[in-house]
Amino acid sequence: MPARPPPAVSKIPGVLKRHWRLVLYPVGMIPAVWLVWQGQHGALGADPVNVFERSLGLWAFRFLLACLALAPLRRFTGLNLLRYRRLTGLLAFFYASLHLLAYVGLDHGFDWSVLWSDMTHRYFIILGMSALVLLIPLALTSNALSMRLLKRRWKFLHRLIYPAAILAGIHFFLSFKTLNSVSAPYLAALALILLSRFLPRSRIGNGT
Amino acid sequence: MALFRYPRPLPSEITPREMYLSRRSLIGGAAALGAVSATADAATLQTHPGPYSGNLTPTPHEDVTHYNNFYEFGMGKADPATQSQAFHPLPWTLEITGLVRRPVRLDVEQLLRSPAIEERIYRMRCVEAWSMVIPWDGIPLATLLKDADPDPRATHVAFESIVRPSEMPGQNEALSGIQWPYVEGLRLDEAMNPLTLLALGIYGETLPNQNGAPLRLVVPWKYGFKGIKSIQRISLLDHEPPTTWNRLAPDEYGFYANVNPQVDHPRWSQATERVIGAHSLFGATRQPTLMFNGYGEQVADLYRGMDLRKNF
Repeated sequence: MPARPPPAVSKIPGVLKRHWRLVLYPVGMIPAVWLVWQGQHGALGADPVNVFERSLGLWAFRFLLACLALAPLRRFTGLNLLRYRRLTGLLAFFYASLHLLAYVGLDHGFDWSVLWSDMTHRYFIILGMSALVLLIPLALTSNALSMRLLKRRWKFLHRLIYPAAILAGIHFFLSFKTLNSVSAPYLAALALILLSRFLPRSRIGNGT
Repeated sequence: MALFRYPRPLPSEITPREMYLSRRSLIGGAAALGAVSATADAATLQTHPGPYSGNLTPTPHEDVTHYNNFYEFGMGKADPATQSQAFHPLPWTLEITGLVRRPVRLDVEQLLRSPAIEERIYRMRCVEAWSMVIPWDGIPLATLLKDADPDPRATHVAFESIVRPSEMPGQNEALSGIQWPYVEGLRLDEAMNPLTLLALGIYGETLPNQNGAPLRLVVPWKYGFKGIKSIQRISLLDHEPPTTWNRLAPDEYGFYANVNPQVDHPRWSQATERVIGAHSLFGATRQPTLMFNGYGEQVADLYRGMDLRKNF
């Protein structure tokens, strides 16, 4: 992999210079802050909890897709944004967790009897929760120390993102009553990303 | 008795003057669409309080008219209000046909002036687990069905909405898999129940396009999707008719679709419902869903001895 030139941020302190990517975490959280603000100011419409919950889920799915798209992006265009995998993956986990919290707390008011029957009976809920559960070990090991400790197993472990994405994709599909022009592009993107994994490497010129 | 009656067109079947003129302007090369202005403005209805309203507090008008499921105008809740402006609800003819002794063709503009219109404030429970309270203005369906004099063989009533893709953008959405027109059905005894209303208005005014103009069905003890909108034809049959959502997902939407907190949707619980109208993320409320949406006293007898888990 060719070394990238450091970003042109010469007049800021060394710590920031090395960790400038950290700035992107708060940027990625802007949609969540914006949704809460809208919710508090009556801008989410007549059924704010539902819109809030669904929007968080959609953002989780968007970041998950972005994270998955980085590898094929490099392979097919040469554009190397792989260093944003941790950022996008952790943001996907962040939004999926908020999505769950909104469902448990805001939507069902921590009514455990309803939640328990949801978790044990409804494949729609089970699929979404399973996707989130699969992301937990990935989020926990998204650091240099874990990478060093787990060595090869780290890479293997992080392939869990594929089953997580498939489960999340089905959960997303089921969150609408029918297929439609809102959900179809996301599902098509997921299918393309997953299929691109199976394209023979030899056909891609100077691929990795 | 005359051997031949000259077929007299209903007033609603006569091309309105503006439309007629716009046809000429079309011939003349002018834009026809601009010439016919949409008559979407709500008109006041002559209405009087009817029974069954209880002491419910209606959901704000703004929410009733801007939070809708009407897939003919798009799949988002806000779509119907914004995408239904090109729809022309009038003139309109409602047909009551099939197993009736006196088939009826009604001019809806005349129906809108009927002294039989009364106000019914009903709970509305959507299958998606949210609810509203809506002050409808309409005529009990039984009144109109009796006029058509159902044949004794009739057991069911089928309702058919309209197909007008040029005015209903959602009907061009190919991905949904929905076959247009939207169709619904009731058993005849359900249709004749005094609660069942053919609504012509809300809040004392004619129905806005997004709420199903010019007339729609309201069956308050059933999930909202049974309330078929913009009805063109009502047919009496001797068998259960197909219904749109049942056709799409038979395991999720039954023919009866009675509100029942004990029978869950495969994807979510029906035990409770989100109350529409709070507008604040942390101030929203959930309430328990009532059996038959609180209308058990009026309708429970219709289902005596039936397994409501099987007939959901």
